[in-house]
Amino acid sequence: MKFTLSWLKTHLKTDADLATILKRLNAIGLEVEGVENPAEKLAGFKIAQVLTAERHPQADKLQVLSVDHGDGNPLQVVCGAPNARAGLVGVFGVEGAVVPSNGMVLKKTAIRGVESNGMMCSTRELELGDDHDGIIELDAAAPVGQVYADWAGLNDPVIDVSVTPNRQDCMGVRGIARDLAAAGLGTLNAIIVPEIAGVGPGPDVRTDDVDGCPAFFARTVRGVTNGASPEWMSKRLKAIGQKPISALVDITNYIMFDLGRPLHVYDMASLKGGLVARKGKPGEQVLALNGKSYTVDEMMTVIADDEAVHDIGGIMGGEHSGAQDGTTDVLIECAYFTPERIAVTGQKLTLTSDARGRFERGVDPAFLDDGLSIATSLVVSLCGGTPSEATRAGTPPATPRTVVYAPDQCLALAGVHVPADEQKRILESLGFGVDGEASRVEYEDGMPVMVPGSWTIIVPTWRRDVDGWPDIVEEVVRIVGLDQVPSTPLPRGPGVARPTATPEQLVERRVRRTAAARGMAEAINWSFIAEKEAAAVGGGDWTLANPISEELKVMRPSLLPGLLSATKRNVDRSATSVRLFELGRRYFKQGERATVGFVLAGEKVARGWQAGKAQGFDAFDAKAEVVALLAAAGAPVGNLQNFGEASAAYHPGQSGTLRLGPKAVLAEYGVLHPSLAKQFGLTGTVVAGEIFLDAIPGKRKSGFMRAPYAPPALQAVKRDFAFVVPDMVEADVLVRGVKSADKKSIVDVRLFDVFVGPGVEDGFKSLAIEVTLQPGEKSFSQEELEAISAAVVKAAQKLGGSLRG
Amino acid sequence: MTEISALKAGLIADIAAADTLDALEALRVGALGKSGVVTGLLKTLGPMSPEERMDKGPPIQDLRESVTTALADRKAALEQAALDARLASEKVDMTLPADAGAFGSVHPVSQVMDELAEIFADLGFSVATGPEIEDDWHNFTALNIPETHPARAMHDTFYFPDEEGQKRMLLRTHTSPVQIRTMMNGTPPPIRIIAPGRVYRSDSDATHTPMFHQIEGLVIDKGITLGHLKWTLETFLKAFFEREDIVLRLRPSYFPFTEPSVEVDVGYTLANGQRVIGGDGDAADGGWLEVLGSGMVNRKVIAACGLDPDEWQGFAFGTGVDRLAMLKYGMNDLRAFFDGDLRWLKHYGFSALDVPTLSGGVGA
Repeated sequence: MKFTLSWLKTHLKTDADLATILKRLNAIGLEVEGVENPAEKLAGFKIAQVLTAERHPQADKLQVLSVDHGDGNPLQVVCGAPNARAGLVGVFGVEGAVVPSNGMVLKKTAIRGVESNGMMCSTRELELGDDHDGIIELDAAAPVGQVYADWAGLNDPVIDVSVTPNRQDCMGVRGIARDLAAAGLGTLNAIIVPEIAGVGPGPDVRTDDVDGCPAFFARTVRGVTNGASPEWMSKRLKAIGQKPISALVDITNYIMFDLGRPLHVYDMASLKGGLVARKGKPGEQVLALNGKSYTVDEMMTVIADDEAVHDIGGIMGGEHSGAQDGTTDVLIECAYFTPERIAVTGQKLTLTSDARGRFERGVDPAFLDDGLSIATSLVVSLCGGTPSEATRAGTPPATPRTVVYAPDQCLALAGVHVPADEQKRILESLGFGVDGEASRVEYEDGMPVMVPGSWTIIVPTWRRDVDGWPDIVEEVVRIVGLDQVPSTPLPRGPGVARPTATPEQLVERRVRRTAAARGMAEAINWSFIAEKEAAAVGGGDWTLANPISEELKVMRPSLLPGLLSATKRNVDRSATSVRLFELGRRYFKQGERATVGFVLAGEKVARGWQAGKAQGFDAFDAKAEVVALLAAAGAPVGNLQNFGEASAAYHPGQSGTLRLGPKAVLAEYGVLHPSLAKQFGLTGTVVAGEIFLDAIPGKRKSGFMRAPYAPPALQAVKRDFAFVVPDMVEADVLVRGVKSADKKSIVDVRLFDVFVGPGVEDGFKSLAIEVTLQPGEKSFSQEELEAISAAVVKAAQKLGGSLRG
Repeated sequence: MTEISALKAGLIADIAAADTLDALEALRVGALGKSGVVTGLLKTLGPMSPEERMDKGPPIQDLRESVTTALADRKAALEQAALDARLASEKVDMTLPADAGAFGSVHPVSQVMDELAEIFADLGFSVATGPEIEDDWHNFTALNIPETHPARAMHDTFYFPDEEGQKRMLLRTHTSPVQIRTMMNGTPPPIRIIAPGRVYRSDSDATHTPMFHQIEGLVIDKGITLGHLKWTLETFLKAFFEREDIVLRLRPSYFPFTEPSVEVDVGYTLANGQRVIGGDGDAADGGWLEVLGSGMVNRKVIAACGLDPDEWQGFAFGTGVDRLAMLKYGMNDLRAFFDGDLRWLKHYGFSALDVPTLSGGVGA
């Protein structure tokens, strides 16, 4: 909402300077978004008169002017404008002035060999209009030498405030003035509503849609002459960025910005019969003022005559029925449209307008008669004509609301004490009615007794937002100033702060920092991915109805696509080694699953003077990360079983899942399927993994005490075995088999060699393991060791293995 | 000179002259071996009478001891020389580069979320979470945002297709639905929570991304006022920026779910062209940055959650986590947060060991 300082002062009598006004606007909730004084950019442009104009000796289209800019020393100026001539009074830019349209600094120069000092300007150069056919021609009586902006009344700061959706009353300059007056910055001038002596009956208007348009008031004015609006009006409209069109149109705009009251003026010559506010009919078209055609429906309110729809009620008028240059008879509409209906219609049509912005917030329902009178009076005074009586179809919802309020509630909710009489003053200055008595102290036998009081607050009709006592507190505190609210510490529990993190949060923190410590960089990728990316990792359950682009459309079922896209971007930026992880959610119909994903691509070890050639990643690098992150998350990694059957995202022969039991999949990992890597533009081996944090069983919290433990006194014994086993026997199966051969003595089994080749039959492989035996009270005897060895061999034999000879 | 002392002098001279361990070993065998000369002399002591032994024994014993000591000394010297020689031969150019290992880092958003959790834990707030795919009741209706509110329009909110008989599903546009879920979770107040997380708006330009991070705060208790809100925000911002000169400017505003509603600006000072949080925004080289939206929880919201608004009242606030990170650590492009550029992550990311603590300072 924009307005100028002088415009504000038509409503507010104040001595406050601009800075004070701006500060107070912010303090009372009208956030100042910008202030601009057009005079500032016109500094250095003065009113000047052309004394003589001669042909330029070197150029046909140029003239050499002698320009008087008021100091008695006429300057020589070269000028190309066709209208430059002796006697013309225009706007002259002196040396050092900056031309607003292009930022050029004016200086003494020579044009085709002739000295030129400064410039006579066009309206476009000064950003005062679009005209560039010639230089500005002012009234011959304009005072030569005066600063142009001062003379033109442009030295008037334009203030732009952001009005929150609840403050419909501040969508007009008057509402802002009222707020400032309440906040102690002056007094609000009384509003003058002229009496209209109507001649003849009011126009034929009615409302058939009382839900959408409960009230439709109108008058006609016959015999008007439309033309340009007066300068005071067009100047204010221009200052706030509105283009003056004609007196009839400008009057409706002016009243909308001045009083927050949108109106519409119809050319009666374009109407067939009376006007009715009714619901739209399916398929009905309206050609609106913006030149676009809109299809309305039965959820929208339109204004129509016997033949056509002329107006999208409360949002935009029609192209053919508005006031034109030759208009002689007009109908002035002053209606009330239901905010909810306007909002829905505007959203459906994606059509915004200044009128919509006001009706949507809710205009003052008690201001229809006055608004219509003010508009009629302005039309008659600026365009002549004879007004009719008013037609008042329907009834606006203008019954004032009341709110029961106790002044103590200000302290209870806002924590600031404001004396009751001060509260009353504030509320009354904002237009609220205050009835009843505040709490008071009475004395019974000399003892003070508090008699609780309460007020009945009558809410002004222009404050649709106020409907409960907290609103009243808000009004009081806003005007008193939030800086008056004392900062009050929250009550604090005894002792030091208690831990607050949940087990899930602790797991996430540990996993995140473990991944970072292991050399991976945390990325945050979009939660939504392209449909084909989602399809490549199993398909997503949630597809947006209104995605911002095809690339960001499906809620990710896997963290891999986002990480792979990020990997590709890094590779394109010449990264040779990419280690990225993300901790985020995957989205399914059953819920959102906390997940860690990582991708390792490019070089694991760069070429070096020690390592030689660069080395890439392999599936076991992925496995190492998965196991480390699972351990950080508190998963029982020792008990996890490695299965195949990772998803189709992975190389079928170089991937796996880690499970707790056959069903609970805690993680999957491996070499990425080459076709998936290719889909993301990646070449070479890419390895990846995902850990499903929500599948990890929570640890039971059993206090800080650890299980009792003393390191064994006797040294552990290590024994190596090599078994030849069929190819299909998985290493892990052998290790587990051997481990369970003697659960008491065997504390660890570690596989340290795999061999296939000479000496090992085709279809078989040799697996070498190191078995750690821990004696208990006394050392193993030879017999015991032999018995354990035999049990180990037997366990291997069960799997088809034999001791390698 | 006796025979023995001549022998001793000879052996010691030989030992001193031995220049390899092998030569020294040969000398040892020759002297102290089974058939060595010294061994031979020792053997002559056996058959002697005690008187004779008293006489001849000491020189022989002395010979044995001297030779043994000389051998040991020489051996140690030779070994030291060999070690020195080996070490000298093993010299490498220690300016050669060592393997740097891979760098890893924690994303600034995660780091700031950890910082916030740490600060608010001290104020008695725990961390709450909620789903990102929400229904319109939790995201809008319960928060007193009516059907016709512009925020519900298609152009701000990401919606999922309507399904017959189901609630309208959307991507939460703010973390405020966590307020609703917390008040409705069955645990009666008092409540003090923060709720950080991803939120989504259909917006994309230099300062807006369709996904970003917010943090919500909620306090519900008896007798909580705007004064508590003011103190909480001041305390939090001072702790977060680790500056005592934080100045807040509170402006009345409007949010459907709070009343009164307050927008909070924080003062900054221009230093070398950069906005540094701290100082009075009204000062000559200062300004104000909008950082928080807040207010007293609207009675309608409390009632919608099944609590009695005459008994319970409180405040809520919300702010952008990404924005807080930018203000504290000086990034200026929001889009980079979601690009995964390793160079950016290395520069703006945090070490795994930069765990925010109150004793060490929450910032890193």
